[in-house]
Amino acid sequence: MVDKSAIGATDAPFTMPVERGKIREFARATMSSAPEYLDDPVAPIPPTFLTTVSFWSPPGQSVFSQVKMDLRRLLHGGQEYTFHGPPPAAGAELSVQTRVDDIYEKEGKRGGAMTFVVTVTEFRDESGNLVAEARSTAIETGKPATSKEGA
Amino acid sequence: MATWDELHVGTECAPREYGPLTRTDFVRYQGASGDFNPIHHDDEFAQSAGYPTAFSVGMLQAGILASYATEWLGPRNVRKFGVQFREQVWPGDRLVCTGTVVDRDEEARTVDLALVVTRVGGGAAIRGTATFAVT
Repeated sequence: MVDKSAIGATDAPFTMPVERGKIREFARATMSSAPEYLDDPVAPIPPTFLTTVSFWSPPGQSVFSQVKMDLRRLLHGGQEYTFHGPPPAAGAELSVQTRVDDIYEKEGKRGGAMTFVVTVTEFRDESGNLVAEARSTAIETGKPATSKEGA
Repeated sequence: MATWDELHVGTECAPREYGPLTRTDFVRYQGASGDFNPIHHDDEFAQSAGYPTAFSVGMLQAGILASYATEWLGPRNVRKFGVQFREQVWPGDRLVCTGTVVDRDEEARTVDLALVVTRVGGGAAIRGTATFAVT
């Protein structure tokens, strides 16, 4: 059961180093052959790379653990990244903080309430400038999922 | 890489096919991304949740779509990239990415894109939007 009192919760800020090898690994896993990602020592991050932030969040402190979602009924509804300038590049050290932006319910297409959990993660550079934001919508289905909504 | 003068509302990027996707592709992405939800590689777990088999990570096809778009308009030029997940992607699926310019801002020198990942023989797996700053 999703805990709505988690709206507004934030986790403690932590640091995410942006690494060239990780960028290359991620670019290959997402089937890119762009030399900017694969060969440039100061490679920019791919648009969805910030999802790898999970490698750096301190265990057990993610705001997601406060929301208490069931993996078997969990779907990813949507994801959006905003970059306030060119995307961060290899060598950057980003300061990261996530908040639970919203939790709401909707009736599913085949019955059963679906719960939507929206989180926003802010990424700041060494000078404290906001350089990127990630907005994620997770869905907990009311009953075990079928194959038509979300991924 | 397309240049500013080549981009107008309605300009399309040549469609590109990826796959067929394999479980190895799913696992490679899970390792790279850090999302180890067993529903994407453990058939028994996926079946316990009501699915016929393990299925792809939504963020894998989102990442493939991002690779498609950045190869068109440039990895350093992306300013916004968003996706909504529609249909799941299964082992053996072939995916086609398409992209169209839907807005052009002369002052900001940005273009907005409508992007789609379509399963060959199926429907849209992802509908996406993106903004690129183009020189």
